[in-house]
Amino acid sequence: MADNKRVDEVTGTQTVGHEWDGIEELDTPMPRWWLYTLYATIVWAVVYTILYPAWPLINNATAGVLDWSSRGQLAEELAEEGVRRAPIQAALSRIPIERLPENSPLMRQAVEGGRSAFRVHCVQCHGSGAAGTRGYPNLNDDDWLWGGNIQEIHRTIAFGIRQPDLENTHLSIMPAFGRDGLMEPGQIEDVVSYVRTLSRQEAASASARRGAALFAANCASCHGPDGRGLRQFGAPNLTDAIWLYGGDRDSLRATVTNSRYGVMPAWGGRLDPVTIKMLAAYVHSLGGGEAFVPQAPAPAPANQTGAAAPTPEAENVSP
Amino acid sequence: MSAPEELTGPRQKLFEARHKVFPRAIDGAFRRFKWAVMAVTLTIYYVTPWLRWDRGPYAPDQAVLVDLANRRFFMFSIEIWPHEFYYVAGLLIMAGIGLFLVTSAVGRAWCGYACPQTVWTDLFVHIERFIEGDRNAQIRLQKAPWGPEKIAKRVSKHTLWLLIAVATGGAWIFYFADAPTLARQLFSGDAPFTAYATIGILAGTTYVLGGLLREQVCIYMCPWPRIQGAMLDERSLLVTYKYWRGEPRTHGIKRAGPAVRRPEEADPGAQAQPGIASLIELAANPQRSAQIGDCIDCNACVAVCPTGIDIREGSQIGCITCGLCIDACDQVMEKIGRPPKLIGYTTVLDTKIAAEGGTPESPIKRLLRPRTIIYFLVWSGIGLGMLFALGQRSRIDVSVQHDRNPTWVQLSDGSVRNNYTVRIRNMQSRPRPMEIAISGLENAVMWDEGGSRETAGRTVRLVVPADQVARRRIFIAAPPSTEPRSDVTFNVRALDEEGGGANDIGNFERPGGGQ
Repeated sequence: MADNKRVDEVTGTQTVGHEWDGIEELDTPMPRWWLYTLYATIVWAVVYTILYPAWPLINNATAGVLDWSSRGQLAEELAEEGVRRAPIQAALSRIPIERLPENSPLMRQAVEGGRSAFRVHCVQCHGSGAAGTRGYPNLNDDDWLWGGNIQEIHRTIAFGIRQPDLENTHLSIMPAFGRDGLMEPGQIEDVVSYVRTLSRQEAASASARRGAALFAANCASCHGPDGRGLRQFGAPNLTDAIWLYGGDRDSLRATVTNSRYGVMPAWGGRLDPVTIKMLAAYVHSLGGGEAFVPQAPAPAPANQTGAAAPTPEAENVSP
Repeated sequence: MSAPEELTGPRQKLFEARHKVFPRAIDGAFRRFKWAVMAVTLTIYYVTPWLRWDRGPYAPDQAVLVDLANRRFFMFSIEIWPHEFYYVAGLLIMAGIGLFLVTSAVGRAWCGYACPQTVWTDLFVHIERFIEGDRNAQIRLQKAPWGPEKIAKRVSKHTLWLLIAVATGGAWIFYFADAPTLARQLFSGDAPFTAYATIGILAGTTYVLGGLLREQVCIYMCPWPRIQGAMLDERSLLVTYKYWRGEPRTHGIKRAGPAVRRPEEADPGAQAQPGIASLIELAANPQRSAQIGDCIDCNACVAVCPTGIDIREGSQIGCITCGLCIDACDQVMEKIGRPPKLIGYTTVLDTKIAAEGGTPESPIKRLLRPRTIIYFLVWSGIGLGMLFALGQRSRIDVSVQHDRNPTWVQLSDGSVRNNYTVRIRNMQSRPRPMEIAISGLENAVMWDEGGSRETAGRTVRLVVPADQVARRRIFIAAPPSTEPRSDVTFNVRALDEEGGGANDIGNFERPGGGQ
């Protein structure tokens, strides 16, 4: 190949010595500054490896004289973000929870903050869209066991449900009518029939009529004489279309026989107050949130006594 | 041709230093045209960000503003939102086809006159001349040993270059923020770091590309010459050395003189126009031009060339077709009493015709040909289409996004609720009252995050802030149905005098359609 090297007459430049079907390539010298850019990149690389973490060692790598790390950068950026959010956090911690929906810019920020906190702490049970599943309530709908205004939602999140160590938690226990022998299996069938007529899933029947009497004696104290439930006790409305554990005969039979009472952790000790406010705002914003009515009786102390009451009461009534 | 055994000298260099170009000053038609283009382009560049345009209290009053932070592009009465970026794409396509048009018609005119690299290099070359003198003085200075004078000249030259480079980078940033505010911030030191960094980077590139690298950018870096080279055809006007007139070259006017004058003396009628006469004479007697050419090998064309090439070697990658060699050669031709345009704009086809003694076509006829006409029609068609689209575009837009998780919500009374996120774009620079109404879903009611089902109806009213997107959560509740999915149309209309509206269709899902 090298044998074919020659100097091209027209340009006076040497060829590289390759030839393809009579086509030759000139060995035109590269511009010198081009070479300098190569040297510049080499210098850059050396300086870079001195300034930044680069050379792998046995257990770690050289730290670099700038002491930069991706974790450090993240911490810095998070700190900056914390500074940016500080006024929002301060405003949220000042505002009483029931006044939050009136302040629509702050409410929006709270909803967005709540959305991300929900993704971390709540989706495990309530699902990523807060639509719940069997046994875990759907937070999008308009049916609330313990109350759906923002203050009540806030209380539920902060103190949880059936956390016996906490004063302000929601407490109530439904008796296991079948398992504890409070009702005969036939009576349970009758009560189930009656409950299903309440929600218009079944037509009136002799069994339902028998069940009505049993309901009045055993169930009405918590679920109300008309079966519309009592939020004080977290007793669900049995006349509506929403069933936490299923509204079919089998599910209802299982519910009456073994009783149901879900629990929820109290987040008050685990999350900071602002995050809990934001979670309440988010849950309230999902579409079923109810308006806060100031003249409503303060629920906290009333529930405290009331929540403890139903259990013995229910037990007393049935035998 | 050298035989391989003759290559006994040292190995050819792998890298080569730049051959410095010292372009000589020249005056002429093309030089004046370049002055004009430089004045216009630099004025546009530096002045545009300072033009004001009243858009009312809700929008910036800068005539041309690329508002990256708010994702808006303002150009006089036109405001472009990011989703309307196809207008910018259209402009880029127009620029591309415009390049096809210009290149097929007049070759690398972009390179020679309007390219920023050319304009700034030209500016830097003038500054160099102002400080160091013309070509010969510059060459002398280059060879001179370092002394106080050389240092002073070099330092002042590079200082001026750097000042212009900083001003160039400084002007650029004003397109991206309110110019007077940013200017104050720049001097008080309050401007964002990006502003200073951008000035620094652009000052660096201007100084390096315009002052130091110059023609090397065109020869080694720029893809444009390659693309343009592929777009030229035999009917494109190119700066051409008319070798059939010029060759064979002779040194000095004395030897060249009589050869052409003789026929003029023989034909007294042609004496009034010696140039044309000799051209005609030469064209009619091609064998005469073989004896002696018009080119006196004075190298004026090489001396003035900003890329340091010899145009007499033919069309080449280094030629940016700036026409300065035409000016230089014309001066010489005038001095020696020859017809001008020994170097001039002509086409490859006309070169052949003229070399064979024929009469070339007029340049106008060369310009008007199917290729250029088609380019022009496509180019203007896109432009008119964009103008029409701009005039027709709606300044309200709505987009409905149905919640996917959950797709529906069972309500306690048996009805079903669906949630939507509705975004309404108000692309006017004033707040506008609007109304969202639903159609298509019987007995359904809607409310937004501020309302409730008790107060729900078939419409929701809101004021969309100026030049913004309003985002609303919309809830729609409808009685149960066996239909797993229905359409619901969201109609948005403006409630002010101007009116107008938009609509979008959303799904309404029910149990049975899958959760």
